[in-house]
Amino acid sequence: MFIINCPFCGEREQSEFKAGGEAHIERPKQPTELSDDEWAEYLFMRKNIKGIQFERWNHIHGCRKWFNMVRDTSNDEIKAIYKMGEKPPVK
Amino acid sequence: MSKNLRVKSSKFIDETYRVSFKFNGSRYYGYKGDTLASALLANDIHLVGRSFKYHRPRGIMTSGSEEPNVIVQLHNNSDRTEPNVRATEIEIYEGLEASSQNCWPSVNFDIGGINNLLSPLLPAGFYYKTFMWPASFWEKYEYFIRKSAGLGKSPTTPDPDIYEHEYIHCDVLIVGAGISGIIAAKTAAKNGLKTLLVDEKPNLGGSTIYQNSEHFKINNQNSGSWLEKEINEIKKIDNLDIRIRTSVAAFHGYNFLLARENLTDHLPIEQRKNKTRQKLLKIRAKKVITATGSLERPLIFDNNDRPGILLSSAIKRYADLFGVACGEKNIFLTNNDSAYETAISLIQKGIKVEAIVDNREEIESKLLYEVEKNNVKVFKGFTIVNTNGYKKINKVSLMKLSKDGQKVIGSKINLSCDCLGVSGGWTPAVHLFTQSGGKLKFREEDQVFIPNKYSSEQISIGACNGDLTLEDIIENTPKYLKEFLNIKKTDYDNVEVFSSENKSKRNIWLLPSDKILGKTKSFVDYQNDATAKDIKLALREGFRSIEHVKRYTTTGMGTDQGKLGNMHALGIISETAGTKMGEHGTTTFRPPYTPLTFGTIVGRNVGEYFDIFRKTPMHEWHLKNKAEFENVGQWKRAWYYPKNNENMFEAVQRESKAARENAGILDASTLGKIDIQGTDASEFLNRVYTNAWSKLAVGKCRYGLMLNEDGMVYDDGVTTRLGENHYIMTTTTGGAANVLGKLEDYLQTEWPELDVYLTSVTDHFATISVCGPNSKKIISNVIPDLDLSDENFPHMSFKNTKIGKVNCRVMRISFTGEHSYEINIQANYANSVWEKCMEVGKDFNITPYGTETMHLLRAEKGFIIVGQDTDATMTPIDLQMDWIVSKKKYDFIGKRSLYRSDTIKDDRKQLVGLLTDNPNEILEEGAQIVADVNKSPIEMLGHVTSSYYSPNLKKSIALGVVRGGKNMMGKKLIIPMENKTINVTVADPVFLDKENKRLNA
Amino acid sequence: MKNIAVVEKGWIGGGNTGRNTTIIRSNYLWDASAGLYNHALKIWEGLSQELNYNVMFSQRGVMNLAHNLQDVRDLKRRTHANRLNGIDAEYLNTEEVKKFCPIINTSPDIRYPVLGGTLQRRAGTARHDAVAWGYARGADEMGVDIIQNCEVKAIKRNGDSVKGLETTKGFIKTNKIGVVAAGHSSVIANMAGLKLPLESKPLQALVSEPVKPIIDTVVMSNAVHAYVSQSDKGELVIGAGTDDYISYSQKGSHDIVEGTLNAILELYPIFSRMRMLRQWGGIVDICPDASPIISKTSIKGLYFNCGWGTGGFKATPGSGDLFAHTIANDEPHELNAAFNINRFVSGDLVDEHGAAAVAH
Repeated sequence: MFIINCPFCGEREQSEFKAGGEAHIERPKQPTELSDDEWAEYLFMRKNIKGIQFERWNHIHGCRKWFNMVRDTSNDEIKAIYKMGEKPPVK
Repeated sequence: MSKNLRVKSSKFIDETYRVSFKFNGSRYYGYKGDTLASALLANDIHLVGRSFKYHRPRGIMTSGSEEPNVIVQLHNNSDRTEPNVRATEIEIYEGLEASSQNCWPSVNFDIGGINNLLSPLLPAGFYYKTFMWPASFWEKYEYFIRKSAGLGKSPTTPDPDIYEHEYIHCDVLIVGAGISGIIAAKTAAKNGLKTLLVDEKPNLGGSTIYQNSEHFKINNQNSGSWLEKEINEIKKIDNLDIRIRTSVAAFHGYNFLLARENLTDHLPIEQRKNKTRQKLLKIRAKKVITATGSLERPLIFDNNDRPGILLSSAIKRYADLFGVACGEKNIFLTNNDSAYETAISLIQKGIKVEAIVDNREEIESKLLYEVEKNNVKVFKGFTIVNTNGYKKINKVSLMKLSKDGQKVIGSKINLSCDCLGVSGGWTPAVHLFTQSGGKLKFREEDQVFIPNKYSSEQISIGACNGDLTLEDIIENTPKYLKEFLNIKKTDYDNVEVFSSENKSKRNIWLLPSDKILGKTKSFVDYQNDATAKDIKLALREGFRSIEHVKRYTTTGMGTDQGKLGNMHALGIISETAGTKMGEHGTTTFRPPYTPLTFGTIVGRNVGEYFDIFRKTPMHEWHLKNKAEFENVGQWKRAWYYPKNNENMFEAVQRESKAARENAGILDASTLGKIDIQGTDASEFLNRVYTNAWSKLAVGKCRYGLMLNEDGMVYDDGVTTRLGENHYIMTTTTGGAANVLGKLEDYLQTEWPELDVYLTSVTDHFATISVCGPNSKKIISNVIPDLDLSDENFPHMSFKNTKIGKVNCRVMRISFTGEHSYEINIQANYANSVWEKCMEVGKDFNITPYGTETMHLLRAEKGFIIVGQDTDATMTPIDLQMDWIVSKKKYDFIGKRSLYRSDTIKDDRKQLVGLLTDNPNEILEEGAQIVADVNKSPIEMLGHVTSSYYSPNLKKSIALGVVRGGKNMMGKKLIIPMENKTINVTVADPVFLDKENKRLNA
Repeated sequence: MKNIAVVEKGWIGGGNTGRNTTIIRSNYLWDASAGLYNHALKIWEGLSQELNYNVMFSQRGVMNLAHNLQDVRDLKRRTHANRLNGIDAEYLNTEEVKKFCPIINTSPDIRYPVLGGTLQRRAGTARHDAVAWGYARGADEMGVDIIQNCEVKAIKRNGDSVKGLETTKGFIKTNKIGVVAAGHSSVIANMAGLKLPLESKPLQALVSEPVKPIIDTVVMSNAVHAYVSQSDKGELVIGAGTDDYISYSQKGSHDIVEGTLNAILELYPIFSRMRMLRQWGGIVDICPDASPIISKTSIKGLYFNCGWGTGGFKATPGSGDLFAHTIANDEPHELNAAFNINRFVSGDLVDEHGAAAVAH
């Protein structure tokens, strides 16, 4: 189980957190303008990356804050953690 | 009467403390400090078990957790019975009762032994090629296969013992308290690091602690004595926590390790009461030092599995640590120096060593010279080709090895013996290292896998890192520690070490025989009876990957998980396939290292602690008033309150009638409550609910429906505008946490520009709902200062008020369709207000009702319950709730999905009312709805979601979803039950008071 | 079709086939699922004979337990639907549950008492490795090339059609590629520039040490998440749930295993002294509606059979058969038509999460 360095609380056990899937998928500003295909792309389609993934986590049993994480999904190594709205620190 | 093979007192055994125990019904004696295995050997008992497939007699083979053979059932037929316990691990205690497994009628005469004779018919994978015809017979065959498989017997009564979890956070964890572990522990602890040292054995020091010979010296003392002093020293260090009988089961990522600390298994049963049996240690270590040592390898030759054949290191341990001779005429088969060390130990104790058969041709070894000095015959360049003795070995046959080691030559020499020690060299115990994600490399010289790349802050030291001799350990360990712990020096930097051991080794994975392979039984996996022949067969059948071979032959799949034989399996595969070791992979070492008790993993989370249960402030009142409870999520909710032996139906009928005719009171505290504040609160609600919120006046309430982004109904509830920028939202009981999570998600990640703050207040406020024609009178008595007139306090509005000195909020909202009030009050005052309502209500026939009546009353009004009348496929349009979906709002969660090609279809399943032709017939919730039973296949149009007998309407009513139901009003449909069909008519889902007159009655 | 190769990165059966808990059943809720899984179940019933390889299909029944009132409604709904779809299904009350599997703790005093259950008698288990090996032998005899230790590195396209596969052992020219890569489906899809509605998550399982027969059926419980059966070898085979994060590490978190064993001991307190022998993880590809995809894609000649989540083994013979049909005809069979990838666009999902158990 991971140790996650919550940007607001510091290092905590993984069991305090909830994963929220791929990050940086912005909710369309004008959903009504989208075709069914485009809407499905937003709603369901995922890169589901093996390797370096940018993803969302929530400190659900702590400060309840959402934040972003860069993690290698092939070995679960956490590379970086940054707040919502911040630029990803690594590319 | 069996012989006593206790040859010499050992300082590790307390001979003043005799312990009696039973094995297979007979009484024996041992001493405190004995394992069951050492005590049995002292009583000259080798035959302890039968093998899995062929039921061959098997004896004690090792002295530790790698034991494949001697696994026993403890305390048969008692509530502390336990299957598959290794006799080499369990310490004896007064009253211990153990019995052999997997044999019938007894270990000495086992009918299953017939399988041994049938073995040519039972090669690897035979199950897959037989028992197929006739097709219907597999289950009959299977019955017998299952019966003969399995080892011990599962307990059949609940466990009387208790278990615990302990969380440990340390700077350094050291796994294994052999010589390198002790060195590491002292070094880490003396440098101020919070250190934890664990070892699976009951004593510290590994195998060095009983290494008592002139041939192994540290600082000019015998290595064992030197180590003993070190151990005495570390026991005094404050920041070093030492746990014995503690086995690390799993090494997970991020240095998270699980260990089992055994606290009572060595105590007599009567001393175990109220004590924790085992603890699961959940360890987070900044750094981990693995010092798990190595396991001696057996050798693979024909009939290498007879009782009386042990690992050489085990014979040494039994002699040196337990003072027990495994035999009186010992022979060794070895390919390295280790067996000589054992032989010297035996000779020192006056135990006879007949001969040593060494695969090596030329040996330069001081240990060998010493053995030869003692008149032990050494056969150099020889190997054993066969053994004799059914229940115990009595003879070995040796032959000369050819130069290349592939054949045996010359004539056979027979030697009699009663014990054979084997040593195939050492395998570093890299199990934990690989579990943690570490990558191995293969060392050609001595054919071992050793750690190569670490996946976290950890190192392996000592034998598990390939330092297999005392010299290498003493020389390398301080070096590794300094670098890993980032320190300048250790106490061990200038330690002098002397060892007579020669490192040479002649590794032959499968020793040659004078017979063809097909005629041999050279066991690789003892417990599962997998032989070298089986492995070769698997290769012939096209299996190449080690994982395939393992699964096909079941090598390494026993309770010892292949700790002894896996290396040989790999070796035989690469020799046969002509490839390099490691090319076929190593099998994955999966956790746990040694089997881990379920109870230990679960700890205290059993029985009433299985899951927390949430109760409302009125819970005690409900209990006192004989409520039956329903589990709703983690909540216990009052379900109904039976009176005078009523059954549920009768109670619910009475409660439902009372609520509509006089007054009912419901504990609604479990509904989720989210406090929403901020200047953008209204806009936020606009975005999360399907309907519009901007125009809701302060002091008013509104029902809202929340969708998932996929357009399906997610949750519902009433939200009240408490102030300009302040709302309180209610959610379903089970949905509360998820709704809060979802709202926070949108707020923080999609709409951070909104000034909105969310707080869960579910537990802070309790909710008392009073409904019915008399509700107004009751509330006016409970809160006399509140003006309850319709003008001042209309339906769907709220008031801040006080009951006594306590602030509360009263909402006039209704889930029953009756005139109704909900009092929201700080939880700790709620019970007294509830009791006050009951007291005042007496004069107005107030009746407490539970969730079942609530469900019935709302169904009469056609109100949905999310999760019961909806599943994840219902849109608000499907629910015929078009009125709640704002057409004007540009966007809200899920809006776009309502216009997809499938969701706009007209013939989706839609919520309707259903009335049975026979008004007394109550439909079954979950029953399917069809139009035509004669069609094949029958087309299912939908199903019944809610169904009750309404005492107020005096007929049964139901809600259901029906394909195209919206346009089926008045249409006849059929409910096909298992033994009958029920005719129903599609109706308006609002069965009672369509005009909502009762709200203001 | 002729000239067929199976390309496998590791060894055949080494993925989820060799890691799953081998439960076979067909008691699914929706018509489309019922058709699909029952098609598979029918093939299972004659599979050992068809392959001339004993896959040890053992119809010892699968029981699903209800622990709250919504569970009861959902299971009854499923039972009625199964019955009308010609799938054997029985609803059992608590006493009948106890009678069918006496070791379950059916006391009303436990935290989440057993309120009832369903039973599919034709359901059961099979020997997972044997299924892979039996099919491999069969395919081999029919001339299929099975290439192990061969990793796909790229999918070559010619406009909107596939042209071939780049592998670690070289290029393979083909105009049809069927992808059955389970947890790695998205990895392959990404090579072709496609995104799938999948998330790959850890799923764990464990076995106990072997013991003599103690449980003679498969028991599953969703609310108290635990399912258990006993293998022919005598091991208790226990399935845990998925973690919530995406991972290809084939490892999950200990909390999941612990939670599962909590549930096991809640329902079977007699197993407290049993020991976990082996524990492992796999990677499952999960669809938003908990139903699979057996479908053509927007790229001609590229087909996917994926999204089986935690339950693909039971469908193996059926899904293979229908996938083969789809590839050969470039058209789905009527039994897998509903499992097309386009359903995520139209919204016509096959939601098999069961009715969302949200309480009011």
